[in-house]
Amino acid sequence: MYANDFEYYRATSVAEAVELLVSNEGAEPMAGSHGLLPRMRTGEEAPPVLVDINGIDGLRSIEETEAGLSIGALTTHAEIARSELVQTHAPALAVAAQAVGDIQVRNGGSIGGNLAHGDPRADLPAAVLALGGSVSVTGPDGSSSIDATELFHGDFKTEVGDHEIVTAVEIPVAANTASTYVKYRNPLSGYPLIGVGTWVQTDDGGETIEAARVAATGNLVRSMRLEEVENALIGSAVDKSTIDAAVAEAAVDEELYRQDPQASAAYCNHLLAVRTAEALDTVLAIETN
Amino acid sequence: MSKQEITLSVNGATHELHVEPRTLLVTALREELGYTGANVGCETARCGACTVRVNGDAIKSCMQFAVQLDGAEIETVEGLAEDGNLAPLQAQFQAHHGLQCGFCTPGMLMTADTYLKDAENPSREEIREAIEGNLCRCTGYHNIVDAIEATLTEGAPTNE
Amino acid sequence: MSDAEDRSDKRVFGKAIKRNEDIPLLTGSATYTDDVMLREMVHLAIRRSDHAHATIVDIDTSEAEAMDGVIAVYTGEDVVESGVPNTIPTAWMLPGLVTPQYRMLAVDKVRHEGDGIAAVVAETPEKARDALDAIEVTYEKLEHVTDPVDAVESDVPPVHDEAADNVAFDFELGEKDVVDEAFEAADHVVSVDLRQPRIIPNAMEPRAAVADWDRGTEELRIWMTSQNPHLHRMLLSAGTLGVPENKIQVIAPEVGGGFGSKIYHYPDEAVTAWCSMQLGRPVKWKASRMEAYVTDCHGRDHTTTAEIAVNDDGTVQGVRVETYAGLGAQLSQFATATPSYLYSTILSGEYAIPAIYCRVIGAFTNTTPVDAYRGAGRAEGIYVIERLMDVAARELDMDPAEFRRRNLIPADQFPYQTAAAVIYDSGEYERAMDTALEHIGYDDLRERQKALREEGRYLGIGVGNFVESAGLSPSGLAGDLGAQAGGWESSIVRFDSTGTVTVLVGTADQGQGHRTTFAQIAAEELGVDIDAVNVVEGDTDQIPQGMGTYGSRSASVGGGAIARGARDVREKAREIAAHQLEASVEDIGFDDGEFHVVGAPDRSMHIQAVAAQAYLGHNLPEEMDPGLESTNFYDPENFTFPFGTHVAVVEIDPETGAIDLERYVAVDDCGEIINPLIVEGQVHGGIAQGIGAALYEGAVYDDDGHLTTRRMDEYAVPHATYLPDFETENTVTPSPHNPIGVKGVGESATIAAAPTIVSAVVDALEPFGVTHLDMPITPERVWRAMGGGD
Repeated sequence: MYANDFEYYRATSVAEAVELLVSNEGAEPMAGSHGLLPRMRTGEEAPPVLVDINGIDGLRSIEETEAGLSIGALTTHAEIARSELVQTHAPALAVAAQAVGDIQVRNGGSIGGNLAHGDPRADLPAAVLALGGSVSVTGPDGSSSIDATELFHGDFKTEVGDHEIVTAVEIPVAANTASTYVKYRNPLSGYPLIGVGTWVQTDDGGETIEAARVAATGNLVRSMRLEEVENALIGSAVDKSTIDAAVAEAAVDEELYRQDPQASAAYCNHLLAVRTAEALDTVLAIETN
Repeated sequence: MSKQEITLSVNGATHELHVEPRTLLVTALREELGYTGANVGCETARCGACTVRVNGDAIKSCMQFAVQLDGAEIETVEGLAEDGNLAPLQAQFQAHHGLQCGFCTPGMLMTADTYLKDAENPSREEIREAIEGNLCRCTGYHNIVDAIEATLTEGAPTNE
Repeated sequence: MSDAEDRSDKRVFGKAIKRNEDIPLLTGSATYTDDVMLREMVHLAIRRSDHAHATIVDIDTSEAEAMDGVIAVYTGEDVVESGVPNTIPTAWMLPGLVTPQYRMLAVDKVRHEGDGIAAVVAETPEKARDALDAIEVTYEKLEHVTDPVDAVESDVPPVHDEAADNVAFDFELGEKDVVDEAFEAADHVVSVDLRQPRIIPNAMEPRAAVADWDRGTEELRIWMTSQNPHLHRMLLSAGTLGVPENKIQVIAPEVGGGFGSKIYHYPDEAVTAWCSMQLGRPVKWKASRMEAYVTDCHGRDHTTTAEIAVNDDGTVQGVRVETYAGLGAQLSQFATATPSYLYSTILSGEYAIPAIYCRVIGAFTNTTPVDAYRGAGRAEGIYVIERLMDVAARELDMDPAEFRRRNLIPADQFPYQTAAAVIYDSGEYERAMDTALEHIGYDDLRERQKALREEGRYLGIGVGNFVESAGLSPSGLAGDLGAQAGGWESSIVRFDSTGTVTVLVGTADQGQGHRTTFAQIAAEELGVDIDAVNVVEGDTDQIPQGMGTYGSRSASVGGGAIARGARDVREKAREIAAHQLEASVEDIGFDDGEFHVVGAPDRSMHIQAVAAQAYLGHNLPEEMDPGLESTNFYDPENFTFPFGTHVAVVEIDPETGAIDLERYVAVDDCGEIINPLIVEGQVHGGIAQGIGAALYEGAVYDDDGHLTTRRMDEYAVPHATYLPDFETENTVTPSPHNPIGVKGVGESATIAAAPTIVSAVVDALEPFGVTHLDMPITPERVWRAMGGGD
């Protein structure tokens, strides 16, 4: 199908983009367009105005900051996946970015758009949630930060306001941490049926888990943290029994799963446990940095 | 909505064209400029039949509006052969029977050609991952993987 | 192998020649229907039903008509009022068949999601699409049914009033009493319930049409995505539009895959032509993929109870099958033939089975019409017999390969009359089976399986034997059984005056490589270089008659017509050569394109020189007409019966149920091989579709009658990573009645692969007492079969 008719504006600065969003009823920002455009072509969305932010300078970079990594909103999945900085400091994100779609989609889609789009099937949210990331947004009232835990409302809705632009994704970096992302691909869509992002921080000796974040995405109504799993990890020894205890908590209410033609909620929960175990096996075996 | 003027470089030739904002890149290429090699097979970014190169990267041209790409350098399947001679990859597709109906072939070639620029000794499984974004319903992919592998190891077919 | 020696004297037939059609496909210059752009062309979009079943109360098109760029909006009533025949007929009658009128656009009610309601023609495709939303349709929803068993057993309002119980036909093959007796007498009876889900063909090119009606000459030219342009010409004339057949030109340019989905005379292409006739302008319609999912024919949709009677000695005594076949909301051309004759007559598989009975209830449902999909009928039938062979082997505690071998029809029994009404032409089943089992190392695999089970690992080995009735002919037999068309194929083989050869043939390629294989046939027969042969297909103004490409018929029937035509041409050329060389015809030998007087090799004339003489006409035998061409209609005396054995090895991940397809070996016997490269390609693609059906695909309707697998991100056409490398071999058992010994290969591997994969997965799960799992065998189904979720 064809996309609906719309007004098109190309913004050259964040301020201009915000101004265009404010002054045009129903306007949507568009970055890589790989989230919005297919939904326009299937008739699921029909924005009357699109504000193209691709022409804004300075939003396509990966930089080390005092707090960690700052990734410009227009940075593509491919660029993130091959970034040595991301691979070193936020491996879960590099793995998740490499797991997105296929080569062409990784070349076309960008991180800011991906997160702001709020597709519950997406890979990146689980990694960003696990890494404790946040997005920087700019709106008519200035700039602010939205923690990933606040970001995803499900069903293509996010905390990003109608008149706000995601400008960057901030990933904190700390010592003695490890992270990864494990995907079980839904053969129908290529999106994860279940994707699990994990991040752990141990003591200097690598014997005790001091902090942990585990997040799931895929066939869920929204990407989410698995706090029971995290609680089972935090303060526990780095050993097999800790993983077993944590994995035992890796389940969500079955109502939190969407319908899939080939996978029931019970099976998704089973996969969630299996993938959580795999992810934890990986991060707790990795020599922390 | 009012048409906008954009400039696209396609296979080295510069074109100025007027497009509606909603005109997809693939539509502009096919219907405005006559580059009908890229095909449209779906609307959900799954089939890859529309794959072209945009500023050096393989991209699904039905997942971009043409207006977004003002000034971009586009390469399409029509640009692969030189002076009427098949590029090595194209010749290997023929030698290995890596195409049947041919509908997916332009996109498949553009993905594979882009991939080959950086690939180093990939396994067959890695080649399969590289063409994950291009569906083929005819070949079962085996011969496509053969053709890509052969292009890496021998360039153009040597059994002529 | 002896057959290899048989081919050694051939110059081009049997050689792995690169396809001559590839260059335009590789360079982007090929023309598919959507690439046809005509001056003044306008664009059609079709408003479709959102409901599975509803009465149309009102259609308000006024807002749509007023929209910018909209040229016309038509409803089903407008088509009726135009007075065209407006009937899409089915191509195969069965006793008692109910045939409700099937119109180009719905008028009274909609019968499935996607049913066409109204047509918008606009200046651009985008504007046509915009106007669709502005058409106001008022529905009164009706209860619906999507499952074929429910359709017959429940009391929802029928899909068609003419079929109150939704039964379109109730078909029987075999004598039930006799078969029941065989079952009574047998040592064991084993049964299995099978569900073969709907498959959506997913040719990569969505359907499209460009129609150009000339108001002056009243001629219709239509480019369309067609597997059978001549059938579409006939159906556009006699079925939908009433335009005289001699004023219709159907052009099937490059067609991007079909797999059966482009046989059917769909309403949409007829509506495209009808709109062009109303407006006097060229009209283009192209389906979006989402539109394709609800309008392209689906395949399969069988619910079956199958039983097998076996004796303690491991011999099969009988097979008894009852199937509910979902036909969808309307009868497509092959809706009736596919689940009746094409299905029941293959139930003997490769086995000597003395008693076979099959009953098929064809049911209307509120779903997209079912038509031929690669393997049509034969795939469903082979699946049934192969599942039965597995469950029977398990019952007898025999190795499934050994059990199969024991029941194979022996090579010396051909031609073999089965208990399912057909005569198999030739076969060496055990040779193919041995080749496959040796290739994969069957005995070692069984050892490995045993060892791995000790470690809690689950390896499965699946063996699938198949035989396929290919060619869908002869005409007389087909006619006796209800066919409304012939089973012949037609060719014109023509030398041009300069010595090149033009072959016109009524088959229609969608990727099978006809332009190469057919050139190989003609070049071989005529002794000319393959580059001297040009094969033309897909244009009814160039090729006078034809039946098209389906049912694995092109190589055997089309190829047969070409070979026979070429031989006629060669014999006429021989007479001319004899005349000019002043020798008698009997003394003229033919070798590598050269006619020569036997015993006087220097007195010779090349066939291409003869062609020049034939057109000069200066010096021809008395009473011979000039020219050198032949029109041939080839009507085979029987189906051909390709066969083979496929073997798959899988390992199950006990934690998730995921299936790792470790190896896949295919041994196919398609008779003589014209081009091994192309045969291999057909086998590869066929395997991929069979694996797709077994593991990934399957349409799903929800409780509201909506197709939930209606986009390419909701239905798993296999991607490259879903499939393994394939290992293929061939045996060659020529068809004794085909002019070139070929049997056909288009559908074989699809037929073989699905039961082979299911057999492998079920074999892996033997320790869990699993005897059968329905397709698609998803990881969840495996996980549950292993006790997961309990």
